[in-house]
Amino acid sequence: MHPAWSIIFFTSASGLGLGLAAWVVLGLIDLGSVVHLLIVSVFTFGLIGTGLLSSTLHLGHPERAWRALSQWRSSWLSREGVLAVLVLSLLTAWFGWSYLEGDVPFWIGLPLVFLIAVTVYATSMIYASLKTVACWHHPLTPACYLMFAASGGLLASIWLLALADQTLNSRIYHLTYCLLILTWLVKGFWWRNLDKKLPESTLESATGLGSFGKVRPLMPPHTSENYLQTEMGFVVARRHALKLRVLSIFSGGFIPLVLFISFPTSAVFLGLALSFHFAGVFVERWLFFAEAKHVVSLYYGEAH
Amino acid sequence: MTSLPEPSAIKLGLVIDLDICVGCQACVVNCKEWNTSGYGAPLSDENAYGANPNGAWLNRVHAFEAGEAEEAKTVHFPKSCLHCEEAPCVTACPTGASFKRAEDGIVLVNEDWCIGCGLCAWSCPYGAREMDPVEGVMKKCTLCVDRIYNDNLPKEDQVPACVRTCPTNARHFGDLGDPNSDVSKLVSARDGFDLLPEQKTKPVNKYLPPRPRRQKDETPMSLVAMAEAQTPKGFWKWMDSTLEKLG
Repeated sequence: MHPAWSIIFFTSASGLGLGLAAWVVLGLIDLGSVVHLLIVSVFTFGLIGTGLLSSTLHLGHPERAWRALSQWRSSWLSREGVLAVLVLSLLTAWFGWSYLEGDVPFWIGLPLVFLIAVTVYATSMIYASLKTVACWHHPLTPACYLMFAASGGLLASIWLLALADQTLNSRIYHLTYCLLILTWLVKGFWWRNLDKKLPESTLESATGLGSFGKVRPLMPPHTSENYLQTEMGFVVARRHALKLRVLSIFSGGFIPLVLFISFPTSAVFLGLALSFHFAGVFVERWLFFAEAKHVVSLYYGEAH
Repeated sequence: MTSLPEPSAIKLGLVIDLDICVGCQACVVNCKEWNTSGYGAPLSDENAYGANPNGAWLNRVHAFEAGEAEEAKTVHFPKSCLHCEEAPCVTACPTGASFKRAEDGIVLVNEDWCIGCGLCAWSCPYGAREMDPVEGVMKKCTLCVDRIYNDNLPKEDQVPACVRTCPTNARHFGDLGDPNSDVSKLVSARDGFDLLPEQKTKPVNKYLPPRPRRQKDETPMSLVAMAEAQTPKGFWKWMDSTLEKLG
């Protein structure tokens, strides 16, 4: 699949922002001071908002984007949009309450955390619901999205904690590195599935000509590449896939882990850890698209 | 509404005969010609006379080779929207622009609502949907909905443009929901099949397989033997014998 920058940025930035929002609502960060509350809310809304705005950039008609909120009964893309709008409004109310009344009761935040998780799940289901892209159509796809949102969000919260010189309790400390390791383990399983899974569809089933023997493409329908090939037949990345996988694990897992364990309270190094994590997830997300093979590429002679 | 309607009794669609198609591309051209001036925005082309022309087409003809060595078959393979009963492109659409008609099963795009997100093209296993490079909306086969119900056209023209233009009659149009229609009879007589049945899209369009090759003659006649077997008659007999006499 063609890795569009706008969509890669959308999924990684809004995922991180939603993850951060969940930890903030769970009460991880003490929002005692107004300045800190402002920083946390700007950072959270900034990530989710720019992510969502970026997702409209790849549309042919961004001015009609509001229409995408209408078909939540059948479309995961629509569900994601509706949930994102809902979460953004509820988050605004939550931050407003924190500002005006102080701490929001924990039990009020819980349904919001649940909604945030469902929003990330909906983002992942836009891709996981596509039967045409075999490696996406797998339960581990939503698991990966949720794990990356949770671990990235936690790293971001800890950085914001350090910015306000708040203390990090040992349970959160252990949770952070466990979650980081677990996230990349789940991603590892996802990659293993991608490498091992045998194709369900073949050129024989695509053409129905299997009874005559092996089917080979003889002539493409047009002399130059068409939309289907540029959109769904992206092959450049697969040659470097292994190197990029290692790079994403190194940048998104190993470096943040080392920085976090070495400097668990330094705002500078935790900020660096978060940046490396974001870069690693960005590469991971790029590969998520670039490595994915669409069943239509069979018709264009690519082994599925 | 992008939820799928109850399966309609009438299922309009195409039956494509892979035994007959010669890959002349006439259906491709006539499809483009009709649909660039019919339903919705024109089917645009970019850089049409340059090195890398690009454009939206609703029907494309591939060619495949099946089998090995002298048994290999060349099969020309037209491909357009199959108007699936379980159309994943319809349910994926976030805006309601994509829909399947309850009355005849035709899958269409309302171009005024389409945001050009491309998710329907991603969810189609057949590559039947293409983004218009100029309009930024999704284009697909309409089964020439503006021809088949158009009483202003002569009866013989009230079929999809690709069917009307096919010089070999490799394309047939009709109601595949009616077991007694000509197309349904054709499908059962020739073992018509679905493309990518494992994708569970239940396509309405069917394909007819190439017929098995005729048995080869055991002792093919050589050209020399054919020439020797011919005995000239009349003028040619006279000329033959005269030339023979000349030495």
